[in-house]
Amino acid sequence: MNNTRHEPSEPFLRIAKRGEMVTWKTWAIRIAAILLALLTGAILLLLLGHNPVAVYLDMVTGSVATKTSRVATMKIFIPLLGAALAIAPAFKMRFWNIGAEGQILVGAIAATYFALFQYQNLPRPLLLFVMFLAAAVAGGIWALIPAFFKARFDTNETLFTLMLNYVAVGIVKYLRMGPWRSPASAGFPKISMIDQSARLPLVFGVNIGWILVLVLAVLMYVYIRHTKQGYEISVVGESVQTAKYAGMNVGQIIVRTVFFSGAIAGIVGFLIVSGSAFTLSDNTSGGYGFTAITVAWLAKLNPMVMILITAFLAILTKGANTIQTNFKIPASASSVLIGLILFFMLGCEFFINYRLIFRKGKKREVAHL
Amino acid sequence: MNLLNFFIASVLSACPLLFGTLGETLTERSGNLNLGVEGMMFMGGIAGLAGSYYYETLVETPVVWVSVLIAIVCSFLCAGFGALIYSVLTITFRANQNVTGLALTIFGTGFGNFFGELLSNSAGGYAAVGGATKEAFNAPIFPSLASSSVIGKLLFSYNFLVYIAIALALFLTYFINHTRKGLNLWAVGERHAAADAAGINVTRYKYLATCIGGGITGLGGMYIVMNSASGVGGVWVHNCISGYGWLSVALVIFAMWHPSRAIFAAFVFGALSVARFYFPVSFLPDAIYEVVPYIATVVVLISVSVRSRRRLQPPASLGLAYFREER
Repeated sequence: MNNTRHEPSEPFLRIAKRGEMVTWKTWAIRIAAILLALLTGAILLLLLGHNPVAVYLDMVTGSVATKTSRVATMKIFIPLLGAALAIAPAFKMRFWNIGAEGQILVGAIAATYFALFQYQNLPRPLLLFVMFLAAAVAGGIWALIPAFFKARFDTNETLFTLMLNYVAVGIVKYLRMGPWRSPASAGFPKISMIDQSARLPLVFGVNIGWILVLVLAVLMYVYIRHTKQGYEISVVGESVQTAKYAGMNVGQIIVRTVFFSGAIAGIVGFLIVSGSAFTLSDNTSGGYGFTAITVAWLAKLNPMVMILITAFLAILTKGANTIQTNFKIPASASSVLIGLILFFMLGCEFFINYRLIFRKGKKREVAHL
Repeated sequence: MNLLNFFIASVLSACPLLFGTLGETLTERSGNLNLGVEGMMFMGGIAGLAGSYYYETLVETPVVWVSVLIAIVCSFLCAGFGALIYSVLTITFRANQNVTGLALTIFGTGFGNFFGELLSNSAGGYAAVGGATKEAFNAPIFPSLASSSVIGKLLFSYNFLVYIAIALALFLTYFINHTRKGLNLWAVGERHAAADAAGINVTRYKYLATCIGGGITGLGGMYIVMNSASGVGGVWVHNCISGYGWLSVALVIFAMWHPSRAIFAAFVFGALSVARFYFPVSFLPDAIYEVVPYIATVVVLISVSVRSRRRLQPPASLGLAYFREER
């Protein structure tokens, strides 16, 4: 045993790839990660001199306890789930569409156009349908621009889609200050509220959009899991080379999928304008496009899981507004918490995919000799 | 005269972009594509402001240069901390770089706004650094030279951070191209496995480049918060970074991963972002003129991808995690 010292010593810690882990175990690890993130948030709250339990409880009660608060939470839930569903197919394909914000806005612009200027010419169901369709097409076309360049020249889509967000905001600003400016807005230029007939009907006190996004979630689940197109998306996402080798038209798949992605984002724009905001403004998209990335990724791009994660984040976001009033904690706390949850979730994937192998105990005895 | 003012304003608004671009260039040279620049700028911005503000409120007779130094150190460390989170997740835990970067942006944006509002609330609604400190971040450091001639004005009418940024660009150019460590870093970014085989500690280079790079982008955030020409001037304004971090990420591509070209790239974008104040175009509405830099970025992205020349390529391993066990 005394010559062990000259052998190359086994490293203290080795990392090895794991085989498939049982599904319930992976979710247990992920839930543990979320709890750890909330714990980190609690420590932060404690350092700021608040009682974390009280704050967290207030977040939950503030978002689900009363009917008003539940409706407000649903108003966050609807566009957030919609935007996450929009991102899902693109992300599945490893097309980093972070331009959902812009696509939502452009969809909202298209929907607002009909709501402001065509509402007298169309019966209500037709008007709503036209708004829906226009928003989808507009969002899809807006997303098509980076998709075309990605497919043709492999242009960096992350920055491209992102820059188009700012352009979309510019267009809304232009409309707000110029051609669509409401004559009634005296100081700060605004676009007028849309007509009653262009607003979505309510079901159980919440605009009908919630049924739409839930149906969309089911459709998206089927599309990604059980259709040929969904399969093609996964293959392109895993390896463009493989897809090409298998004879897939990668360019066409990219363009088609991203159009689809943008169209759903556009529909989200319609849902916001017609369902909750009733007007168009610079922050109509409200950051949903970015938070949706979190939702989509946390749910592992599984639309069914997205419903749960969206509900969780909607409660968090609404709750953050509540604690701002009750505890004077800035509402940005929700972004901090969401960021923390993401960090922990990203980190925990490592423990799902890899095994840590520590050096065996007997080596330590050698060291003592 | 108008042209001269335009030039000076362009340089002033290019400075935060230059810090952002330099930091991200260093990061990407190691093969890490950190999309969290926007978030790190927020973190650097608020930490710089908070550091300076607390120093000035706690000390009876604050010294200006100490206050300035504290702002710089705090912003560098805080943004570097953001980059450290990113590094642990992507390098050690092998998480996806794109998503981790986005998470850092979400976190950092929230972090900046959260503590910014907290700071303002604690100060009774408005937390500003002292006049002298603000002056130090804005006034030209060579006032006598700046007032003499046109050349003097052109070269010497800037605050000290502008000169630091340019010096940093030149230093990084030298570092990456002419020092052993810089060339090692280059190797790491091009071929992880080859660099590892050559005995370079890949993990250490990646960690250091990413964290230092992140710290440098944080200085850009501090500049936006402290300077009044292209920012807000020593107070916290909600969402004040507003896309400068993202522009920086795009500028890295425009500058082709070369720190020296970053000077030019940042200047062009600085000029584009102030052009509407100096050259109003009657038929172009303000709202549209404002988005010209973003459209220019898109044009740059497209033109870079269309003419993909060999010398003008990103580091070959950019965006890929390195698993020694899976070579």
